[in-house]
Amino acid sequence: MATVRKGIEVSIALAEAVGQANVDVIAAYPITPQTHIVEHLAEMVADGHLDAEFVPVESEHSAMSVCCGSSAVGARTFTSTSSQGLALMAEIFYIASSLRLPIVMALANRSLSGPLSIWNDHTDTMMVRDSGWVQVFVENGQEAYDHMFWAFRVAEHPDVLYPTAVNLDGFILTHMIEPIIFEDNETIKKYLPDLKMKNVLHPDNPVSMGCFAMPEIYTETQMAREQGLVKSYPQAVKAWDEWYELTGRRYHPIETYRADDAEYCVVTMGSYGEAAMEVVDMLREKGEKVGVVKIRLWRPFPFEDFYKAIEGKKHLIVLDRAISFGGPGGPVATEIRSALYNRKNAPAIVNYVLGLAGRDVTPGDFIKILHEGKEKALKGDTAGYTLYGVRE
Amino acid sequence: MLEIIIHGRGGQGAVTTAELIAIASINKGKCAQAFPSFGPERRGAPVVAFSRIDDNKIHLRSKVYEPNVVLVLDPSLLSIIDPAKGLKEGGTVLINTGKSPDEIKKMYNLKTKVATVDANHIAMSEFGRPIVNTTMLGALLKITGILSFDDIKDPVMARFGSKLGAKNMNALQRAFDDVKVAG
Repeated sequence: MATVRKGIEVSIALAEAVGQANVDVIAAYPITPQTHIVEHLAEMVADGHLDAEFVPVESEHSAMSVCCGSSAVGARTFTSTSSQGLALMAEIFYIASSLRLPIVMALANRSLSGPLSIWNDHTDTMMVRDSGWVQVFVENGQEAYDHMFWAFRVAEHPDVLYPTAVNLDGFILTHMIEPIIFEDNETIKKYLPDLKMKNVLHPDNPVSMGCFAMPEIYTETQMAREQGLVKSYPQAVKAWDEWYELTGRRYHPIETYRADDAEYCVVTMGSYGEAAMEVVDMLREKGEKVGVVKIRLWRPFPFEDFYKAIEGKKHLIVLDRAISFGGPGGPVATEIRSALYNRKNAPAIVNYVLGLAGRDVTPGDFIKILHEGKEKALKGDTAGYTLYGVRE
Repeated sequence: MLEIIIHGRGGQGAVTTAELIAIASINKGKCAQAFPSFGPERRGAPVVAFSRIDDNKIHLRSKVYEPNVVLVLDPSLLSIIDPAKGLKEGGTVLINTGKSPDEIKKMYNLKTKVATVDANHIAMSEFGRPIVNTTMLGALLKITGILSFDDIKDPVMARFGSKLGAKNMNALQRAFDDVKVAG
């Protein structure tokens, strides 16, 4: 099968992937740094290159409402947002998963106001952590492109039917020009079957969606959502395995780099994973036994994969890109501490919050964090978190 | 790995310069990145763009702090930036100015290798506008040898179309011929 390698902005490649996925409806409102994604899709539709409905809504709340409507009639549906846009659509965001609508979103991660900032961190996505969406993180342009197909494939599987958000770091990835391999449409067609939903809104066969629930039934609906989301895990893995067979590019719920014999590991989520690999290579050359553990699948959280990845490690340095004000640490570290509580031989956890609102993190910063974090772990100084580089 | 910083002002094409370098490098099979110093773009305000080129996959995504080459598209920026900051050993600062490299070295007390070309003059005579991005690329090609004219031609023509693209290639050639270097 023919592939083409191009130097292209990640946002444009991602939009092209959505087009190749033969999307039916796109409803979105532009917001930095997601803008190039929806601009390009609007252009593709306007120029007749993509046979889809582009709904230029007046707000993100409306964007997600349109997505729910179009997905409920069985149309393949895409949207994209960032930060304040996600905050505005949060109400409908939760409803989309409760209705089991396989909407796909590219979430260009950006900090939340205030103060107003357009730059990258993970505060927006943490706001919807518990929304019942399948949530995945990518760390480069190729992964962003690949995961558009994966997201539709997983979301639309009859055993899943959950909206799926692909998180990519705003600017750091969205505005980067780098080499990306494009698959041909035949490969995509093989990988991504047409959407066939069983329960759709249709005048000939009326069904109810988004009903009212009395206390007698609400708990059961939440149980169903929990069980349903957990059941998306095997389909997520299967979809990655089949993508590997078709393209040779392999993904896992938790990925590791030089971690097998590592004494300690840095845990990342998103585009920091690659920089961490670079730094681990530098430290390995000096004989330090350090590795990287990368969380790709954030929801449903892949507990067993994570336990396997950190087996035998003495300590973990967990990097967070968001704060939980007044809480025990960053959201990722809190999750990991909770997952490891009461587990035998669990590694010590040291948590750093860094790179807020696009503050640059260099290889030197990574090295400093790894060394300082190791010291803290050895001293037993593991409570709470450190806000790296803050000026007091 | 070759790392490049491009200083310009909003509207001068600093980001386009970085893009053309990256795309030309990727087209010839290399790995490359181009990215702006992310922020709200404003015409006339100082803008910084970055490019990295390597034979292997590039994992770094932080800004460039230790460049091999620094391009200064607008000489008025020299009064507010230190173009040689972090420059790697043997690196070059390439400036758009009518002045000679020696004059510039003296004026700004630069100890590094400096190259100059009057890109404004070339751009004005080729397209009647002081947009110097492709012109400066010609000088960059000469001092680094990272890309050939054929390498850069495709992305330039794709970007600007056949008529404007040809003018850009002329400007590029003239800067290649005119650039002066002082060690």
